[in-house]
Amino acid sequence: MGTAILGSICGMLGSFAVLRKQSLLGDAISHAALPGIAIAFLITGTKETNVLLIGALVSGLLGAFWIRSIIKRTHLKSDTALGLILSIFFGFGMLLLTYIQKLPNANQSGLDKFLFGQAATLLARDVWFMAIVTFICLVVLLLFWKEFKILLFDADYAKTLGFNIQLIDILITSFIVIAIVLGLQTVGVVLMSAMLLAPAAAARQWTNSLGIMVMLAAFFGASSGVIGTAFRQIRFIQNRKDLELHKTLAFMFEIAQGHENIAHPHAVRILNNFHGYTRKSLGKLERKEYINVVGSMWSMTPKGYHFAANLYNQQENENE
Amino acid sequence: MSSAQIEIQLIASIVAIACAIPGTFLVLRKMALISDAISHSILPGLVLGFFITHDLNSPLLIIMAALSGVVTVVLVEFIQKTKLVKEDTAIGLVFPVLFSIGVIMIAKNANDVHLDTDAILLGELAFAPFDRFLVDGSDLGPKSLWIIGTILLITIGLLFAFFKELKISTFDVGLATALGFSPIMIHYGLMSVASITIVGSFDAVGAILVVALMIAPAATAYLLTDNLKRMLSLSVVFGVFSAIAGYWLAHWLDASISGSMTTILGIVFLLVYLFAPKRGLISVLYRNKQQQIEVSLLTFLLHLNNHQEISERHINHLNEHINWRRVKSKSVLDLALKNNMIIIDESIISLTDKGKNFTDKAIDYIITNDHSKIESIKDDFFLFRG
Repeated sequence: MGTAILGSICGMLGSFAVLRKQSLLGDAISHAALPGIAIAFLITGTKETNVLLIGALVSGLLGAFWIRSIIKRTHLKSDTALGLILSIFFGFGMLLLTYIQKLPNANQSGLDKFLFGQAATLLARDVWFMAIVTFICLVVLLLFWKEFKILLFDADYAKTLGFNIQLIDILITSFIVIAIVLGLQTVGVVLMSAMLLAPAAAARQWTNSLGIMVMLAAFFGASSGVIGTAFRQIRFIQNRKDLELHKTLAFMFEIAQGHENIAHPHAVRILNNFHGYTRKSLGKLERKEYINVVGSMWSMTPKGYHFAANLYNQQENENE
Repeated sequence: MSSAQIEIQLIASIVAIACAIPGTFLVLRKMALISDAISHSILPGLVLGFFITHDLNSPLLIIMAALSGVVTVVLVEFIQKTKLVKEDTAIGLVFPVLFSIGVIMIAKNANDVHLDTDAILLGELAFAPFDRFLVDGSDLGPKSLWIIGTILLITIGLLFAFFKELKISTFDVGLATALGFSPIMIHYGLMSVASITIVGSFDAVGAILVVALMIAPAATAYLLTDNLKRMLSLSVVFGVFSAIAGYWLAHWLDASISGSMTTILGIVFLLVYLFAPKRGLISVLYRNKQQQIEVSLLTFLLHLNNHQEISERHINHLNEHINWRRVKSKSVLDLALKNNMIIIDESIISLTDKGKNFTDKAIDYIITNDHSKIESIKDDFFLFRG
């Protein structure tokens, strides 16, 4: 649901970015948001999502307007401006992040994970928030439809008609930044630019009308969001099952370790008081040749023992 | 300074030089973002190379990564050639795809290898001196120094060998073709060098810093000069300066070296962007303002020239007539007075001979739109500017 909303909003705003030849703005802004997140954390010391989002928003906007001003005021081209702002802001953000990590404050971990996205961690509240922002975007988009359209295709004409093109330009850039910052948390830095671009670029092939293009892009974005999440859900369930198996195996490993002979049989009953054990998972383990089940007794195979030992080592490494 | 510190600064400086040279051409060819795309999309190449050799230090890894960089360029060109999307969109479509392929490949098959996305995106310069290059047990210095040094030598060699070709094909593709150089060959040659440099450097400094080191010094230098040779040397200077200054900043803050190098690059760019003599923000704004006043002055003089009647030339009338604000009309009036173009006699303004002459010339220019006419006026303007 969240990704669908995000997909549609990105599709809508992405059409404008693509038509303005600023397709890579998404990439640049999503990188430029990093120092904002770090500074917001440095100032407030909390990991409250909204505070960090505001920080990201501010630095994203700063980056976007700096890009605009570079393109406008100097002879540097847009690609240079984008690449410059992207790398400089991101580098500065990295500096702040590493600086934060050295601070005597245990509360800072996971800050960088914010940047690489976790759709599975979306809360209902976040989805509501997204829906509201999308709604606002939609209203503003419809309200200023004519202005946006004219600005997009003939900026000079818009100026002679008396529209304040600077204001409209700022408005549309801000909305793109908002969409990007919202999406950051869900899909991460690199994929954000794909989110913004791909639906719009696909929609552009179908039609020459802006209205249809925006609608198509929103549709493409939403459907790719839904399909992606569906894949993820399946994957997630699989992971859950794997986890249960591993837990069972780890428990068995502990029991088996007590004996010199790892193939020593144990009663299935021991496992009953272990959380996460089911008859099904036992069957699965047997199919993978990790254990042998004879009657109501089980014993570990060398292969299973090895696998479980590796599992243990990995866990220990992670703890370090 | 310990020897490790010197080595780190040396590596950082050499990386900066090696990046600045192809970076200059990328910026001039308006392809700066290709470097960002390459730095992301070499990931699948690296992973593939690792699967083949199962050795993180094998040169095959670098070759595969550089190859996938070139593949990126080819793909971008291909998508662009279909004319369905613009170049920037093509870049934006290609590299996330390749990067995600790389990430998926790592996640599926190489989970337990030290080859994670963090290490690739960020790099760690501080560890570079620990990875020594050993021949027969004797220590020949850090390995990354050798790698990037070789790349730098090749780059410089190619630069000197093909400087003329590069220059012509960068600024005038048509001429290059007419002279018999193949711009496509040069294009792919440059792209290969860029992608090899990115691969070689990012081992030491990380993908993002590579992009920064390519684009930022070149962009900064471009604000200061139009001469290609001077731009190349300036960007090398900026790169080395921020490499060393960045190292000390990181040392002082105890933070990431690549991050602080980028930050220094950003600060240098910001300073140049604000204060560059000709293209800086402040001088551009100042010039705009000057031009505005000059145009106002011209309007004002033309107005005086057109109206002989006294009521039109009263000092208070001008405010209403040309619709200027008080401050502006005063500054225009002062400027005209200072240049002896007008005289004020009991609040009535009249043109002097010089002013009349000037106005005639301006009208001449406006009517004929002949640039030779305006040259003398330009001199006049410079006179009262100074």
